[in-house]
Amino acid sequence: MGDSSRPCTVWLGSETGILKGVSVSRRQAFNFGDSSQLSRQHEVRALCWADAAESELLVAAADGTVKTFSLEKGAFTEARRCGDPAEDGSFVGLAVLDGGAALVTCAEGGLLRVWRDESGEPSAEIRVGSDVARMRQNPEHRHKVATGGKDNCLKVWDLEKPDQPVFTARNLRNDWLDLRRPHWVKDTAFIPGSDKVVTCTGFHQVHVYDPSTPQRRPVLEATFGEYPLTALSLPAAGGSVVVGNTHGQVAVLDLRKGLVRGCFKGLSGGVRSLQCHAAQPVVASCGLDRFLRIHSLEDRRLQHKVYLKSRLNCLLLASRSLEEPRGDGGHEVKEEEGDDDVDEVWDGMERVGEREENRKRKTSAEVEEMNVKRKARGVEEGEKTSKEQDDSEREAPAEEMREKISEDQEENPKKETPDEEEEQLQKNTKKRRKAQA
Amino acid sequence: MDSIDVPLTQHVKSKKKKNKSGETKGAEHPGKMETGGIEVKEEKTEAGVSFPPTFSVSEIKNKQRRHFMFMKLKQEKRKQKMELKKKRKRQEKLLGDKAPPKQVPKTIENQRVYDETTVDPEDEEIAFDEATDEFSAYFNGLTNPKVLITTSDRPRGRTVKFCEQLRTVIPNAHVYYRRGLALKRVIPQCIARDFTYLIVINEDRKVPNGLVLCHLPEGPTAHFKVSSVRLRKEMKRRGKDPTEHTPEVILNNFTTRLGHSIGRMLAALFPQNPQFVGRQVATFHNQRDFIFFRFHRYIFKNEKKAGIQELGPRFTLKLRSLQKGTFDSKFGEYEWVLKRHEMDACRRKFQL
Repeated sequence: MGDSSRPCTVWLGSETGILKGVSVSRRQAFNFGDSSQLSRQHEVRALCWADAAESELLVAAADGTVKTFSLEKGAFTEARRCGDPAEDGSFVGLAVLDGGAALVTCAEGGLLRVWRDESGEPSAEIRVGSDVARMRQNPEHRHKVATGGKDNCLKVWDLEKPDQPVFTARNLRNDWLDLRRPHWVKDTAFIPGSDKVVTCTGFHQVHVYDPSTPQRRPVLEATFGEYPLTALSLPAAGGSVVVGNTHGQVAVLDLRKGLVRGCFKGLSGGVRSLQCHAAQPVVASCGLDRFLRIHSLEDRRLQHKVYLKSRLNCLLLASRSLEEPRGDGGHEVKEEEGDDDVDEVWDGMERVGEREENRKRKTSAEVEEMNVKRKARGVEEGEKTSKEQDDSEREAPAEEMREKISEDQEENPKKETPDEEEEQLQKNTKKRRKAQA
Repeated sequence: MDSIDVPLTQHVKSKKKKNKSGETKGAEHPGKMETGGIEVKEEKTEAGVSFPPTFSVSEIKNKQRRHFMFMKLKQEKRKQKMELKKKRKRQEKLLGDKAPPKQVPKTIENQRVYDETTVDPEDEEIAFDEATDEFSAYFNGLTNPKVLITTSDRPRGRTVKFCEQLRTVIPNAHVYYRRGLALKRVIPQCIARDFTYLIVINEDRKVPNGLVLCHLPEGPTAHFKVSSVRLRKEMKRRGKDPTEHTPEVILNNFTTRLGHSIGRMLAALFPQNPQFVGRQVATFHNQRDFIFFRFHRYIFKNEKKAGIQELGPRFTLKLRSLQKGTFDSKFGEYEWVLKRHEMDACRRKFQL
């Protein structure tokens, strides 16, 4: 059981109550949870690491329980009751204090509670307002949390002095008709290295607040799109923020001027959760379209896309590198050997007719490669003709092509039967050339 | 253009001045080489034949002659194709069983890119997801559908007739005039009166062009684009008007996860127990992301044959967005949105 949970670097909670772990390097997704006892009551509302070493996860469910999941064992170890969803609403935030000794939960109704020991009663309780949409913890000063919601302005609380918020934001100035502006904080984040807080609102605005200045109104305001922004994340290299909205548009905004730097394409449903990796320039997003997508922050391209069959609510990334498999060095060794072979192959090949031959080999090699990859992935695939693979793989980078050719060298003696396939491929390549010419 | 080898010596493709129909091939053509603008294209034929003297039909400046040449070209091609076909048929006849298998032509449906969200019928997680989604009440037999059909404000004749015909097709449906009411206020009233569906037909330029289908207690809202609406009087060889019997429902080709959701949504419009006495059937056929709606009456002539008569309106739908929750286009969360530039870029990739 622990074998499947240890290499997972991305953890997601779904609406069906299943905790999913994804291992990006192995391209596999695992479901953790009791599949015989699935229920909508167990819908995962918040996820957080239980300790700094990231060996345990805390999963907050819709029925008011917080479960602990151990990565080593690969199973849920404890569960505790933290509040009643009937009166309070479901969880909107989960955090850990004092290295795991205390648990902080916040519910939609506005009750922020600190739970210590195993007792059923919270040790501290704060009323944060009503209609809370999000509670987040400051990663540097762990006793500070920020909350915000619908018509509930941003408040920063210090849990050691729970009577008064440290900072209460003010609403924006009245508009040109002197009407009160509606305000809806959907997600917050603390900017590391300073006291500032970034929030995104349901009225497609991004605000930056600075508690160290006497100005209680936002210091910076930026807008993006026309739909409510639901998730927010700060990349490790500061100065920008990644936001996602209900239409599936994810963009990175610059925090100095408030301009949109670029968009991440691919999502087709509302974004429920975003997180940037602590070390790598990578952002992971999940949402209602049942996919986990990992984009690179530098060139904004999609790196990985994983189909996970339920709608995803929350997301948690491990601090270690995503690609690096834990104790799985075999893969990398193989690829290096392949590279050596490739150089010899390139030198040995003729110049004339090289393109045609390469094309042919590439496509038949691709068929093999795809089959091999598919088996390794263990995913069922429908029938895919070689032509589709042609079109989809034609723009593959050069490195991939080399690897495939090297693999094909080993497998060529086996492949003597599919003559018809090759004829078709020839015809296809010629048709394409004709179209181009 | 592929396989025509024009030999150097005998250049038959010259111009005919008076003959406009390209049928006759007179034998007195002066063999003439097309000079001036011969493109020497690189043929894919073997390197043995040097200087293949091809020319393209578009080089001829005279329209009538160009047309004539083009027709001739096409006839040549067709002739060759027929010859190939005949040859293949003859071979098949000779070889009988040992003949090579028939070649299957490539269609866009054949070439469809495999969608990883295709539902596996044995998947437990998806089965659980569907068993507890918003339609579970209907599929478990707890609620009966009750549909409210309305339009956008101030509908014109065609839309009104379309609504009326939809009402005859969907059992337990009621049409109400919109009269400028806000949908967000209509919805709580519908819920109070036990309606399960709200259909809003949007009209543009006197023609229905959009459909918003909202499942009522808290269900998803689908927004479709409607095209090719044919009312009853425009249909040829149609049968008499549909009766009050509940029809059977056929849902074709909804394979992906999104397709499943939409399929369930459309199925929940009709009551669960069809009356086979009425012999009526409503079909939602999904092909290439377009959903075709047809309404037929069938009769079994004998054991193997059945005759069908098309009644009722006919229209096609294309899904534009699926929103979680009741109608709230500004602040609702979308489960799926059609993004044309991203999703329609590949002709062989479909979402439903």
